[in-house]
Amino acid sequence: MQKEPQTPQGPACDPEKRRLLLAASGLAGAGVVAGMSVPFVTTLLPPEPRTAAGAPIEVDLSVLEPGRMLSLQWNNKPLWILRRTPEMLAALQGADSRLLDPHSTASEQPAYCRNPFRSINPEVWVAEGLCTHMGCIPIFSPQRTADWAGGFVCPCHAARFDLAGRVFAGSVAPRNLTIPSHCYLSANRLRIGGAETPA
Amino acid sequence: MSGKVRRLLDWIDARFPLSAFWEKHVAGYYVPKKLNFWYLFGFLMLLALALQVLSGIWLAMIYKPDATLLPGTQTSVALASIRHFMEHVPGGKAIRYMHTTGTSLLFALMYLHIFRGLLYGSYKKPRELLWLLGMVLFWLMMMEAFFGQVLPWGQMSYWSTQVVMHLFESIPFIGKALADFLRGDYTVSGITLNRFFALHVVAVPLMLLLLVKLHLVALHAVGSTSPDGKEIREEVDLLTGKPADGVPLLSHAMHHLIAAAVFLAIFYALVCFAPALGGYFVDELNAVPADPYSTPAELRPMWYFAPFYAMLRAVPAWGGTQIWGAITITAAVLLPALLPWLDRSPVKSIRLRGWQYRAGVIVLAGCFVGLGVAGLMPPLDFVLGLSRLLTGGYFVFLIIHFFDDRA
Repeated sequence: MQKEPQTPQGPACDPEKRRLLLAASGLAGAGVVAGMSVPFVTTLLPPEPRTAAGAPIEVDLSVLEPGRMLSLQWNNKPLWILRRTPEMLAALQGADSRLLDPHSTASEQPAYCRNPFRSINPEVWVAEGLCTHMGCIPIFSPQRTADWAGGFVCPCHAARFDLAGRVFAGSVAPRNLTIPSHCYLSANRLRIGGAETPA
Repeated sequence: MSGKVRRLLDWIDARFPLSAFWEKHVAGYYVPKKLNFWYLFGFLMLLALALQVLSGIWLAMIYKPDATLLPGTQTSVALASIRHFMEHVPGGKAIRYMHTTGTSLLFALMYLHIFRGLLYGSYKKPRELLWLLGMVLFWLMMMEAFFGQVLPWGQMSYWSTQVVMHLFESIPFIGKALADFLRGDYTVSGITLNRFFALHVVAVPLMLLLLVKLHLVALHAVGSTSPDGKEIREEVDLLTGKPADGVPLLSHAMHHLIAAAVFLAIFYALVCFAPALGGYFVDELNAVPADPYSTPAELRPMWYFAPFYAMLRAVPAWGGTQIWGAITITAAVLLPALLPWLDRSPVKSIRLRGWQYRAGVIVLAGCFVGLGVAGLMPPLDFVLGLSRLLTGGYFVFLIIHFFDDRA
């Protein structure tokens, strides 16, 4: 057995070996920390990516009176169906200059709803009832006053929308209310979500 | 001191620096002679924080962080556990109201404490780190109050969480994924409640206590400012070697005791006679069960968040995004941390400064209080207009100190 070189203080220190040991234990330590931090992240992740959007629903419109709004729960969101009166439709015109996105170019809706009424049939309007600012549910305020032609006001930060869900300029909300894809199965039967043509 | 006590103390001191600690931080810790009442709020916050910890432990014994609904009702287990504690457990109401009242008083003390810093230049050299640690405490306190407000799982809990998560969602590209990660779900849910409970009772309080300790370490390293602008460590009495303009901390003990008594009297009177204080300390909207399908029309923030709420409501969308509101309130909360470098004047006390700084501080505080009032008012057009004006004023008068390098 070979004898280690000795100094008066004890075995000589090999700086090369010491550096190697430091690097190895540092690297191993970093690996352990990295590995152990993984479960601290994965346990916080949302449970299962929700791949399938909500199944389509069918709604019977025959009971919906003009001027009334139906509020449903669909796809974990409030879903609105409003049957607009001729006065409501008339009020949608001529206020474009006060709207942020009157032609819905920067808003979310199916192509067939990119019109001033934001609907297939001007009378019946379908929308997701979540404010595009902070996700609160705007309050349906159809009562007309001198400077209010009817619309929606968000209780959280006062974003204002007209009766086609178009946001007024100067509001906190950046886009018009989102319109989900929908189609008519018959004159009074509406299908929301899913394929865009009747099956 | 009797011989036995002396011997016990010696025994301890040989193993733990008890006498040395007492001498360094209490008996031999010098503070300016002429401290005024503005210097009491830090001490009172320690007292209020201790009371929060105490009432919080008692609440944690009965509270169930569970958003599942009781069968056949819209009420969650969480809300029911608090209701039961308040309605059926003797003294439960008092404990709950101590916790809610304590929150409001803690914030009131904190805003006064920060204002004292503006009055007497407490953020200036050599106290920059002391100020920064205090700002971190401010942010932690806001987090703690927010998480706490979520726990009853009432309407305010749900909708304030929805809004805060959407602040993150408004960040471009990563916003949605980040919000899903923070919520632990794709919408605000029971998962969110559970993790906010953990943050409220363990993570944030631990950080708060650590930061309080560091804040005090920094304070005792540099000493207090003085209302007359003198620096406690600069003039030393040649005979005693102690600060010429200072007195040991214990000389102020009577003031502290009286302040504590007055504070506790106010605290107890509020808990007994006006626990909700007209909705400012406890919003009855949060006794209404959380409903993801109905945002209450009369939603409003707690008063201590109202200035920031008013800012969020005042900033319109622009360029297809609402991020500007989120950026504004983030800046409003973070920017005061830069005061040590924004205000370049070497003069500390407002008593020795020019009219520019005096006016600036008054306008700044006025804007902040005005925003708080506006944030609690309904969103009438003039309220929104005023909020925009005051938001601008807040930032202008925070930054303008940079240009005031005169006395």
